[in-house]
Amino acid sequence: MGAYQFAKRGLLAASVIGLTLTACAPSETGTSADADLSYQETLQTQLLDAKPGDVITIPEGVFSFDRSLSLTVDGVTIRGAGMDKSILSFKGQITGAEGLLVTASDFTIENLAIEDTRGDALKINEGENIIIRGVRTEWTGGPKTSNGAYGIYPVQTTNVLMEDNVAIAASDAGLYIGQSKNVVVRRNRVERNVAGIEIENTVDADVYDNIATGNTGGILVFNMPNLPQDGRRTRVFNNKVYENNHKNFGHKGTPVASVPAGSGIMVNSNDQVEIFGNEIRDNRTANIILSSVYSANYADQEAVEGYDPYPEAIYIYDNELSGGGDKPDGADLKALKLLKFGIGGSLPHILWDGFEDTGKWIDGKMPDDLRICINNGDLEILNADGPNKYKDPSVQPAADYACDHEKLPAVALASAG
Amino acid sequence: MPAIMKNFRRSRLPPPVKWLCVFWALMCSLGLSACGAADKTLTPTFHAEGNPPLLSDWGVVGITGGELALGSDVLAYDLNTPLFTDYAHKLRTVWMPAGTSATYHPTDSFEFPVGTIISKTFYYPKGETAGEVLKSEIVEPAPLDLSKYRLIETRILANRAEGWVALPYVWDADQSEAHLKRIGDIKHLTLVSDAGAENFPYVVPNANQCAGCHATNATTKQLLPIGPKARHLNKNYGANEVGQLEAWQAAGYLNESLKNEAEIQKAAVWNDPDYSLDARARSYLDINCAHCHNKVGPADTSGLHFEPETETGVHLGLCKSPIAAGSGTGGRPFDIVPGDPESSITVYRMQATDPSEMMPELGRSLAHAEGVELIREWVTGLEGDCG
Repeated sequence: MGAYQFAKRGLLAASVIGLTLTACAPSETGTSADADLSYQETLQTQLLDAKPGDVITIPEGVFSFDRSLSLTVDGVTIRGAGMDKSILSFKGQITGAEGLLVTASDFTIENLAIEDTRGDALKINEGENIIIRGVRTEWTGGPKTSNGAYGIYPVQTTNVLMEDNVAIAASDAGLYIGQSKNVVVRRNRVERNVAGIEIENTVDADVYDNIATGNTGGILVFNMPNLPQDGRRTRVFNNKVYENNHKNFGHKGTPVASVPAGSGIMVNSNDQVEIFGNEIRDNRTANIILSSVYSANYADQEAVEGYDPYPEAIYIYDNELSGGGDKPDGADLKALKLLKFGIGGSLPHILWDGFEDTGKWIDGKMPDDLRICINNGDLEILNADGPNKYKDPSVQPAADYACDHEKLPAVALASAG
Repeated sequence: MPAIMKNFRRSRLPPPVKWLCVFWALMCSLGLSACGAADKTLTPTFHAEGNPPLLSDWGVVGITGGELALGSDVLAYDLNTPLFTDYAHKLRTVWMPAGTSATYHPTDSFEFPVGTIISKTFYYPKGETAGEVLKSEIVEPAPLDLSKYRLIETRILANRAEGWVALPYVWDADQSEAHLKRIGDIKHLTLVSDAGAENFPYVVPNANQCAGCHATNATTKQLLPIGPKARHLNKNYGANEVGQLEAWQAAGYLNESLKNEAEIQKAAVWNDPDYSLDARARSYLDINCAHCHNKVGPADTSGLHFEPETETGVHLGLCKSPIAAGSGTGGRPFDIVPGDPESSITVYRMQATDPSEMMPELGRSLAHAEGVELIREWVTGLEGDCG
């Protein structure tokens, strides 16, 4: 054994010398000399070693990271001291498409901030029983196209509660819920993102008590083609959606890049969407926009098999609508406004591109259960006449849309109480 | 049988040699190079649990006599088309406990016995200064002469009773040992080629990020080897240019299951013009993208699938709108626009190096110019238009 032990000791000594040498030479490891990255190792190690049931506590302070964090263990809680106290800063990020990537279930994250990531701030890919609470995601330089796409991004998740979060300056959506099931999004504040809240290809979502302001579009309910799941049944209620007039700073080619600045609540190609009890005001294109994929610039006109591009069974009632429509985004809408409503006029509160599935018509109109129903007092609807290449837009009275749908049940989510 | 270390086994060494070892050890302790773990027997050891702190704890590859050599019964292998990792060279090895073997599968990763240790060592030809490495297509088989090569990291995939685990080991500056670095690491290197010198951060993934590629099914989240599939291994390799699958069988690493196969798939070699452009491009997309971009993978959220069986159509990206690409669109409308690589998001993301734009998301800091060129040519030749 003697030789072996000697050799081992020799090795040890050699590595010590190696270390010393490394310390003298310019360091190859580590980056951004001004940022203290020491916590990065601590936190990532905790994430690697986590066991189900663990609570990982993030202390007060600003902590710098140059790489993505990731968690793959189920049943873990990450808890900070507050969204303005425990701050994970990715200003010097060199690698990784997100700040924190979670691929696990039974996950809770709360009371911390994730700032200035290169890509998405927080992404959760496949998992169930997810709680995201009191988390702030922000690009501190304000709205810029170079900011990361999403603030908080659960995708293909089930049973998700997102509450009391703040999302600022995402170049796509502040809160983006994609291809998920059974979701509650409440009491969040989203501002100066391209899309404030985006519910996409999701089944059963309740979106309420949120504040969306200063975004390009406040709250979006979208369906995109070619995905494993089509969305339906979203209730958007009791939100404050105002002054979402930010110039669109999304990346060309992305779905949200086609959202006109000044969009309050927008439904695109999604079905069974109920919009009620919201205060929607001063969104300068329109307070509510209903559209199909055909009027978005991201899709060609070809039908995608199995995909329903029309917004159907939409139910709008009892919202408080005011202001807005006075400065629509885009040359076509500007011209239309001037033509129909004059210099001092405004587009109506509700704008619909006019596309509907004529294949489903009965006696020349949509069957009752698929109609757009509006029961929101005395207002006008602008039908943009999309199917006729927008040739003859018409202003229609609410009476033309007077109908009711059976109300959707509330999302039953245990974590939402 | 690659029993490189046979002559170094301590038990067989006569006393004078033992003293020589002590001498070497002392020299090592004085900080002289060209020694390292000369005395360590390279016998593979499977660890059923825990996180062994040193690569040498596994004994599948190690330093001896100034070379990176293979442990006893360890078999090196190669792939028809590899994943691009910043022009790093890769030494891949497999070892299984005596009496165990893998089961062949025509399309998926082989089914490996518990106790299997797979390793992948990332290394470069040395440049003139410490931080410089050379871009070179010529890859020599093991053992690797450390006067010519710099070792960066060795990743271990070990098949435990509860499933595969992935552990990244980073080589010391003196190249004598690699230490477990579960949180990953960044090495600032300069790649020197005919085109000049380019600084880049070589990123060692953290243990979870290993799963970012190796958990090819995002629902089960089970780690799997990616390379050891029939189509990737089906080639000649080694000094004698023997068929790799036959070599695995001869080594006892592939059981009878192979015998009944009438036809074994073979992935195209991405840069071998003997294969069709389509086959080369699809092979490249398979090994570089399909671990995430498959029907059940982490990127199934995008609806974009690059597995070999994906038909040429919307799920291969043709005229397909992006879903959550963010800045990765590069302002382009579709993942692939037939005939127009400059309008294709896929090409844009392959040539991007910004972490928020590039694909793959992990595993490279540099763009693979030659790979981008291949896909560009392929897209140019695709027929159709997006209306």
